[in-house]
Amino acid sequence: MKYSSQAVSQLYFTAAIGLFAGQILLGLIMGLQYVVGDFLFPAIPFNIARMVHTNQLIVWLLFGFMGAAYYLIPEESENELYSPLLAKILFWVFLVAGALTIVGYLMLPYARLAELTGNNLLATMGREFLEQPLITKIGIVIVALGFLFNISMTVLGGRKTGISLVMLLGLWGLAIFFLFSFVNPDNLVKDKFWWWWVVHLWVEGVWELIMGAMLAFVLIKVTGVDREVIEKWLYVIIAFALITGIIGTGHHYYWIGAPGYWQWWGSVFSAMEPIPFFMMTVFAFNMVNRRRREHPNKVATLWAMGTGVMAFLGAGVWGFLHTLAPVNYYTHGTQITAAHGHMAFYGAYAMVVMTMISYTMPIIRGREANSERAQIVEMWAFWLMTISMVFITLFLTAAGILQIWLQRVAETPMPFMAAQDQVAMFYWLREVTGVVFLIGFILYVCSFFIKGEPAKVAA
Amino acid sequence: MSSGFTKAMARNIFYGGSVFFFLLFLGLTFDTHRKLPKRDNSQAITESVVRGKLVWETNNCIGCHTLLGEGAYFAPELGNVYARRGPEFIKFWMKAQPTNAPGRRQMPQFNLTDQQLDDLVEFLKYANGINTEKWPPNIEG
Repeated sequence: MKYSSQAVSQLYFTAAIGLFAGQILLGLIMGLQYVVGDFLFPAIPFNIARMVHTNQLIVWLLFGFMGAAYYLIPEESENELYSPLLAKILFWVFLVAGALTIVGYLMLPYARLAELTGNNLLATMGREFLEQPLITKIGIVIVALGFLFNISMTVLGGRKTGISLVMLLGLWGLAIFFLFSFVNPDNLVKDKFWWWWVVHLWVEGVWELIMGAMLAFVLIKVTGVDREVIEKWLYVIIAFALITGIIGTGHHYYWIGAPGYWQWWGSVFSAMEPIPFFMMTVFAFNMVNRRRREHPNKVATLWAMGTGVMAFLGAGVWGFLHTLAPVNYYTHGTQITAAHGHMAFYGAYAMVVMTMISYTMPIIRGREANSERAQIVEMWAFWLMTISMVFITLFLTAAGILQIWLQRVAETPMPFMAAQDQVAMFYWLREVTGVVFLIGFILYVCSFFIKGEPAKVAA
Repeated sequence: MSSGFTKAMARNIFYGGSVFFFLLFLGLTFDTHRKLPKRDNSQAITESVVRGKLVWETNNCIGCHTLLGEGAYFAPELGNVYARRGPEFIKFWMKAQPTNAPGRRQMPQFNLTDQQLDDLVEFLKYANGINTEKWPPNIEG
């Protein structure tokens, strides 16, 4: 580790992995509720489980991004972090606020939580992914501002690289677009319209900048390829991401009351959204093929290449699958969306955070790479989690196609629940695959505790 | 990428492209808001609808259901439930939960007052009147 303040990342990464564990457990509960409807009812109704599942995802990714930034920014800036103390304080504030929110979700009826936390002052709750109480949302803004101040000052005080600027832009964008979570008009169409300014402009916009910067950072480190080459790729990738992704928001505006022309804007631009993800795959493989050094951390390289492939499959291919308006007319709001959501979030964001963790954690713990044995276990975790996510996606896609046929295309359309009963087999398969994912995750956690001589490059 | 194409050029495409398309997006956003009054059924937004939306939100209905196709996919689409089931059925249904049928998906009892139930129905009636370009494909949602 070049700068001692980078060590603060470890806190963030640890919390991220802990929350990831919770997310997986809730996912398994929900998966079972799909087929055994009264499982854990009324202790954990589905809507509560789902809220905890998705909110934990968002929060652990945010922890991951912040941890990554606290490592990446000092190293790129060739400068100690502006205030390691502030980073530590904000960590505990965010962790405690997040934990209290989750406890609130699980222990209180949601309406009571809304009442207690001032939702009547400004109603922002009860919208998908933005279910957090007002005080939590304000807390997120405060933590984000403190965090951005800290890393911006670090960049300003040191070397400015393409990677650190892109990372900074992405993180500022993340904070700025989150402000739209406070916009909740009574008009449902406007509510939905602005809601996407958070959700879409995050995951198909500024988060891609963060992802690209993290990937580029790790690729420079593990391949030794020239910075000029890597940063040029990075700029081209994020240029395509925003050029296609901003207007691509239109693919959410087809059926919510917005003008019909969004079917054209949304289809044309979002059909091009796979391009930057495809470029990321080519980028990762190309850089690894042109590597100018052998890095002993082989598993970090595996994660980096895996991120490229899985982001392209999940976000790119599965996104394209249902993005054209005439197709989306039938797929909108079905298990197809769930299939895409799972592989895209895992492939793009969960995996890029794990890439960063895989590269940095050994260094933070005082070695260039983990032992061979630890790396092999981590590789097993990589393959188990990744392959089971592919199958989760395939099973949900099958369920979705069948659901659409029965409920929306067949001559005598079935009611929703009747169609759900028909696709139950795929939900069972998904649940079993989810258990395999959990096993992969347990191996992943174990890999951190396997000791041994740090791996070296064979001479 | 060929050597004639430099990092500075890539960076300029990024900045220029992003700014251009964001401005275009703002323009489309402005135009959308100009056209919305003819489509969004906003003339039907009464005080009751506003209260109903709050009931919808503070009971986290979106955690199981979809509304105009957005939400969770565990329970039926409700953007057109007013047309599919009608006001009385919706209220009856809410009061009758949970069914406690073994092994079936369960909807919690939200203990809504009659006023809240009426407001919720008004909200769903308003949502049903939004011009959604003929989505969903049929009444089953």
